[in-house]
Amino acid sequence: MGHTLAEKIIAAHRVDGAQGDDANGRGVSPGDHVQARVDVVLANDITAPIAIREFRRLDDGQGSLSGRVFDPERVVLVADHFTPNKDIKSAEQCRVLRKFAQEQGLPHHYDVGRAGIEHVLLPEQGLVAPGDLVVGADSHTCTYGALGAFATGMGSTDIGVAMATGQVWLRVPETMRIVYTGKLRRWVGGKDLILETIGRIGVSGALYQTMEFAGPVVKSLSMAARFTMSNMAIEAGGKAGLFDIDETTREYVGRRVERAYTAYRADQDAEYSRFLEIDVSQLDPVVALPHLPDNVRPVGEIGEIEIDQAVIGSCTNGRLEDLRIAAEVLRRRRVAPHVRCIVIPGTQQVYLDAVREGLVEVFIEAGGVVSTPTCGPCLGGHMGVLAAGERAVSTTNRNFRGRMGDSASEVYLSGPAVAAASAVAGRIVHPDAL
Amino acid sequence: MTIEGCVWTCGDHVDTDAIIPARYLNVSTAEALAVHCFEDVDAEFAGKAAAEEEPRIIVAGQNFGCGSSREHAPLAIKGVGVSCVIAKSFARIFYRNAINIGLPILVCAAAVEGAEAGDRLCIDLGAGTITNVTRGETYETPPFPGFIMDIIDAGGLVAYTRQQA
Repeated sequence: MGHTLAEKIIAAHRVDGAQGDDANGRGVSPGDHVQARVDVVLANDITAPIAIREFRRLDDGQGSLSGRVFDPERVVLVADHFTPNKDIKSAEQCRVLRKFAQEQGLPHHYDVGRAGIEHVLLPEQGLVAPGDLVVGADSHTCTYGALGAFATGMGSTDIGVAMATGQVWLRVPETMRIVYTGKLRRWVGGKDLILETIGRIGVSGALYQTMEFAGPVVKSLSMAARFTMSNMAIEAGGKAGLFDIDETTREYVGRRVERAYTAYRADQDAEYSRFLEIDVSQLDPVVALPHLPDNVRPVGEIGEIEIDQAVIGSCTNGRLEDLRIAAEVLRRRRVAPHVRCIVIPGTQQVYLDAVREGLVEVFIEAGGVVSTPTCGPCLGGHMGVLAAGERAVSTTNRNFRGRMGDSASEVYLSGPAVAAASAVAGRIVHPDAL
Repeated sequence: MTIEGCVWTCGDHVDTDAIIPARYLNVSTAEALAVHCFEDVDAEFAGKAAAEEEPRIIVAGQNFGCGSSREHAPLAIKGVGVSCVIAKSFARIFYRNAINIGLPILVCAAAVEGAEAGDRLCIDLGAGTITNVTRGETYETPPFPGFIMDIIDAGGLVAYTRQQA
């Protein structure tokens, strides 16, 4: 029997002979519970403090739990959510990461100055390779599925234990395969594809499952677009969101990853829980209306929605390609006077590249503002929080009630083209409407 | 393990931003988080839950705990004294987190449909039975896989991992 990409990666990482084990080592099946070796363990400034606390509770002074991380090269700490320190308590949390990194000798601790939004930063720094098994104390860890890695978000205790043991328990997920066919229209990108998908299957449509993104359209997608899609697998309840590795992946990884890796492929006779085909030829840019990411409509069908704020950035759409798209729309235009347009490059490198390409000048001359990399407004932290009755269009990934501020505010999710066009129009529009 | 309490209901897709708003993620203890549990959904939830004699049991629809992976969510729920969460289904990260920190959870659509706010429930976690004492109904849930029951019995993942080491 053939196996899906996720099944192959998990099977290659298992360390035990737990339930469902095939004595001939022929792989794992959905529903199996296995103990697996991890390649990278990640946490950020809001999740690491608890992870570190639980890590310390493991150390009973004897036996194999020594108080040292399993491999200092494989533990990554990124200060991105409430940074640069948004208040005193956040400053204290960042200090916990700093002290732990020093104590454990962690080369991959990213503090303000080196830091970026974690899921833009790790691929850029070559820290995740195809075929890896990655766990992170952040739900959007699934982003690295775009590299053909099995990457999934977990909580702080799982990550604290993984930091010590280098292992996690996993239930092997079913895989659903989504095949994208047809030809993309102008302005339709990865964000529109994943929102359209979530709109069709619902916020629990991929619950406990791996989403495999496939089809001819996928081959033409840039890495940035793939990261965007994998990033939002969790918004459909997915455990992971994977792409097969191809030339685009190899080219991206070739310049960044220094260690050897294994490129797994799904077998032709792999078994899937579900197939979904999406013809993209008739797709327009879409918007997810409040208050669920599956409340998706074509941008031309949502009526007149006036906005107060536009956010362009995040782990979903904070890459250079996203900023280029936004700049294309904003060039020689002005943000509407009542709109705050906040642009957040995902990493220092993205920011520098945006400066050198003249994009930052475009944003500022248009009347937008440009922030240092941070998750900030995505979770209502800082750098663009909403008051009661305010509305934002945002390239972020969640629009639950109160996500970006007051529980009586609203968030509309979109790709960078619609967000930029809406900043100009003062209401949510298709870029062609400008 | 026997658990008792009074039902507090909520609907589908209750997300972790609703359970604990992001502005409180700059603290990390159950005590500090508990006072803000469900604050933007029901400003009186934490106060009432702490004051009531019987612990609350959250009875929820589909996909409880969806959204962010923040462990602060089950910590807040546990910290405010909720004795168990029963849902039609759980978001997968919340499910793991609850087990890992020793917050009892069960999947049982029938029990959810048969319960109303204020009902008294008596739960046998190991046997997988939920008795609605108020309505005189008993429901069964599928057992947890063996080692997950071991984690629950140990009181959480850290205790379990120490035992295994």
